[in-house]
Amino acid sequence: MSVAKRPNPLFRNLNAKIAAMPMIATTLIVFLGCSIWTVVYSFTKSRGLPAEEFIGFAQYERLFRTSRWLMSMENIAIYGVLSLTISFIVGFVLAALIDQKIRFEDTFRTIYLYPFALSFIVTGIVWQWILNPSLGIQETVRSWGWENFTFDLIANRGTVLYALLIAGIWQGTGFVMVLMLAGIRGIDSEIWKAAKVDGIPTWKTYLFVVIPMMRGVMITTLVIVAAGIVKLYDLVVAMTQGGPGIASEVPAKYVYDFMFARANLGQALAASTVMLTTVLIILIPWIYLEYGKKKQAR
Amino acid sequence: MTVETYDIAQKTPRSSKSAAREPAGAKPIKRIDPGRIMLYSVLLVAAVYYLLPLYVMVMTSLKGMPEVRLGNIFAPPLEITFAPWVKAWDTACTGLYCEGLKVGFWNSVQITIPSVIISIAIASVNGYALSNWKFKGSEVFFTILIFGSFIPYQVMLYPLVIITRELGLFGSLQGVVFVHTIFGMPILTLLFRNYFASLPEELFKAARVDGAGFWGIFLKVLVPMSVPIFVVAIILQVTGIWNDFLFGVIFAGVKNFPMTVQLNNIVNTTMGVTEYNVNMAATILTGAVPLVIYFVSGRFFVRGIAAGAVKG
Repeated sequence: MSVAKRPNPLFRNLNAKIAAMPMIATTLIVFLGCSIWTVVYSFTKSRGLPAEEFIGFAQYERLFRTSRWLMSMENIAIYGVLSLTISFIVGFVLAALIDQKIRFEDTFRTIYLYPFALSFIVTGIVWQWILNPSLGIQETVRSWGWENFTFDLIANRGTVLYALLIAGIWQGTGFVMVLMLAGIRGIDSEIWKAAKVDGIPTWKTYLFVVIPMMRGVMITTLVIVAAGIVKLYDLVVAMTQGGPGIASEVPAKYVYDFMFARANLGQALAASTVMLTTVLIILIPWIYLEYGKKKQAR
Repeated sequence: MTVETYDIAQKTPRSSKSAAREPAGAKPIKRIDPGRIMLYSVLLVAAVYYLLPLYVMVMTSLKGMPEVRLGNIFAPPLEITFAPWVKAWDTACTGLYCEGLKVGFWNSVQITIPSVIISIAIASVNGYALSNWKFKGSEVFFTILIFGSFIPYQVMLYPLVIITRELGLFGSLQGVVFVHTIFGMPILTLLFRNYFASLPEELFKAARVDGAGFWGIFLKVLVPMSVPIFVVAIILQVTGIWNDFLFGVIFAGVKNFPMTVQLNNIVNTTMGVTEYNVNMAATILTGAVPLVIYFVSGRFFVRGIAAGAVKG
């Protein structure tokens, strides 16, 4: 094949190029094209249908004057920080505990991970039921005799976010745990022997030796989980529908509602551009790190 | 992901090297170590938190409404009834019609099967081209593809609505399949590319010497020896697509709503009295397919979800 001289380098390796066509089309048309389209049209006056009348940053000005959007941003920030922190701590601790040569390791791991196989819709509906103030945990504990027991996170504007958090953590920590466990087990056993010889207690070894060595896994997990949090939508729809009032609204839901229910495309596109920017802020340092690492490796 | 045999933090050293340091004579009984008790207690408490919703779901779904109203979600049913299950499957109302979840179930089947087959077929060939037949620019496209998978779907939704509408696919089963194929591509391509790249290169070279071409090598040499990775991909896609809500609600059209969308409609459209037992039965039914897959195929499932994070 290599002997035959092709007049056009474009036809070299033609089959591979044909095979890669769907991927090339997806990257160019969907990931690049569609994203650029959204950014461009976020500067237009589009309402029910896309319009080409450009109005500068007016959509963004309006967006950041809308209390529902501000609430959405605040919510996702709080949810994001808490969710990342808790799922990382819990995920790592569970992984470290599972790593202690325990019995029934597979059983425990299976239990911690199964919620991750369920959809956010299922997760949201179950927790909506458990946290339901009139028949859920609150009522159950009251029926046991603690008449003043209050556990109505989901019904209060100030606490509904924590209700979402309980459900989100339940669904997602297993994933963090699995990756952490893979990271822990990827560490050379010599390190452990050295730490033992030096008489360093196990917990200290985890904290000061293992965690720093797991930087790669940590960062990758962080990026995947964080990018997932920005998209948070199904869970809110199933569990609270953004309520009470607008107390649990999130950006992804704002986009959906303005795009399909309220026919205010300009707002939806501006909101999704803000979401894109957020993800890029998370992503660009990571790309930089990954790219830098590859360069070093060569 | 390879879970290596490890040798860490042993309370009871097993390897031959450390055995030298072990005192001679009978092994002391170490089971009653307070540290171990703490360890297992924490693990058990965590297990309760994770299992509780499943338990509550099952218990609630087996109770009649009068019993549900007594308000003890943890109590097992006094009288077991399967009526909520039958109702959830057959006659529960979604606000539009009262044909139960079965409609959504069959829609989900019709969405999932072609989506899984098409997305895997395309991504496996992609991964093959990217690992064995690199061409100029292939790495660039692959990088965009991977980083593109982090872009929130919301950013691409409206243009995709336009595209599918132009193609005549909007509001149809083909439309959702199309969208699932697109968004499944990054992770699946990564999965296949890494797997094919890990196979010995001699294999590929030998096949080329024997005169096999691009498709010949793929179909006759690589696919037959890549069954495990196809299984991983199938599990990843079936659970992912079955659990999807956003694409289903936008691209499928009201007639073709998948099970997740229908479940949400049943539970969250309040008309008359909320039947929590029916809701819970419906929730279990919707979660059943991915759960069964998960419990049957634990290792493969873990490999699938770890594929994105742990690079081969």
